Amino acid sequence: MAAKLILSMDGLVLKEITLTKERTTIGRKPHNDIQIDNLAVSGEHAVIVTILNDSFLEDLGSTNGTLVNGQPIKKHFLQSNDVVELGKYKLKYLNDQGAKGASPLDFEKTMVLRPGATPKPAEAPISKPGISQTVPTMPASQAAPALSTTQPNAKPLVTSQAVPTAGTSHQTVHVSASQPISTSQPMSTSQPVATGKVAAIQILSGASAGREMELTKALTTLGKPGVQVAVITKRPQGYFITHVEGTNFPIVNGRVLDAQAHPLSDHDIVELAGVKMEFFYKT
Amino acid sequence: MNLSQALEIASCTDPGIVRSHNEDSVAADAAKGLVVLADGMGGYNAGEVASGMATTVITTELQHLLEETPPYKLEPASGTPYAEKLMREQIAKANTSIYQAAQSQPQYSGMGTTLVAAVFYDNKVTVAHIGDSRLYRLRGEAFEQLTRDHSLLQEQIDSGMITPEQAKFSQNKNLVTRALGIDPTVEPEIHCHATQLGDVYLLCSDGLNDMVSDEDVGMTLQTLSANLRLAAQQLVQMANDNGGRDNVSVILVRVVRDYAAPKGWLSRIVSWLR
Repeated sequence: MAAKLILSMDGLVLKEITLTKERTTIGRKPHNDIQIDNLAVSGEHAVIVTILNDSFLEDLGSTNGTLVNGQPIKKHFLQSNDVVELGKYKLKYLNDQGAKGASPLDFEKTMVLRPGATPKPAEAPISKPGISQTVPTMPASQAAPALSTTQPNAKPLVTSQAVPTAGTSHQTVHVSASQPISTSQPMSTSQPVATGKVAAIQILSGASAGREMELTKALTTLGKPGVQVAVITKRPQGYFITHVEGTNFPIVNGRVLDAQAHPLSDHDIVELAGVKMEFFYKT
Repeated sequence: MNLSQALEIASCTDPGIVRSHNEDSVAADAAKGLVVLADGMGGYNAGEVASGMATTVITTELQHLLEETPPYKLEPASGTPYAEKLMREQIAKANTSIYQAAQSQPQYSGMGTTLVAAVFYDNKVTVAHIGDSRLYRLRGEAFEQLTRDHSLLQEQIDSGMITPEQAKFSQNKNLVTRALGIDPTVEPEIHCHATQLGDVYLLCSDGLNDMVSDEDVGMTLQTLSANLRLAAQQLVQMANDNGGRDNVSVILVRVVRDYAAPKGWLSRIVSWLR
């Protein structure tokens, strides 16, 4: 489904426009794709360039400027629910590509983009024989893009907000230990959960006895490099300890671990390079 | 020259959480200093076939050819090391094989694959890539991407249309502009880099870099570089913990010893004794 714009003034919906063209022009003059006959709008006010599922808004040097979500812009990469303002007129940009439909299997299958055919935003044909005849002669960004080996409506599952959350997961994810990975909601694991608990390690013996270290990062290494090192990984399911290097393996509650990751529970006692430490969840 | 003492290699490939097939394919030969990773695409199981053909053709042919021709020898015509010529030729060969299979068998129609391949020799690495499979390098604290994707998104970034920051929000992440086996010919992008002792090289499919930020990948490599196998497993696990929506493959190569090409008679004997 292609993205669309909803034109309104003073809360009154005037028109709904589907972005099917590569360039959709907005202005006061009649030759524009979206004509807004108002003196506050310049003759050629702005243009929206649509490339497959992404749309870009550009102000064409208008007298009164273009606002997106209240901010003046020259060029803007439109996100669903953005509100574009030209004078008193508002254009709401809606692109529900990421929001609904599409089974997880359809998500982001890699496809080859080839020049030479008509652009079909979000309506790629299913892969069929005989498509490999054209030889690309120019970079795809200059040509009208078309899909060759594709599948119908490959809709990304993820909403635009979810990506940076996933990226910084080692800082923000606080998921309780009992929460399992869910295949039906792939993103659920990377969103901050307020009830999540942070654990810490307190050193019980040796020179730095009494020291406490919060385990907020995705990976925390313990031990002496070159002698014995273990890593504690913070995962959606909880915390795990894994041997990294050295001839001796870590000991948890008196039991020597093997090379596999071992889940840690509250008040486990870890022994590493002769130093004892306690793992516990902070309250 | 046997590089298995100079290079430590670990690899891991996983279908991810969501997909049933693994269309990625990896191959590595530490002795020859050769690593190949491919991410296939195409309906039914054609993606696996394409990526499998790419890694098999390139690995077996190069193993044989690297035995015959020293990769560090300069090619008289171009003045570039032979490694580059060998890779270019074998990639062309793989392209032809996949293209012909796709043309002649209807169930493979339209299949293709991205590729990243590297040959280590003479304290250097020559890397060839097509599509959006990547090579990264960790050198000391610095973690950087050495290849540039052949993708719509990268072209948009290059043309200044969107910033790398905005690119994270793009819905056009999955479109590559070059792939192996789609057209009768393909142009791989080939570069040569000098390596240093302690460098860690990461080859990965987009299943990793779409799910895990470069920052997190770099941090993981830095933390776990003492145990490459664990680092590879950890990267795959992180991609899966973040949703694992695509196949994930990684190959890690660490330079543990100098591997300069034997030039004088003395170094020849030393290398022979190793």
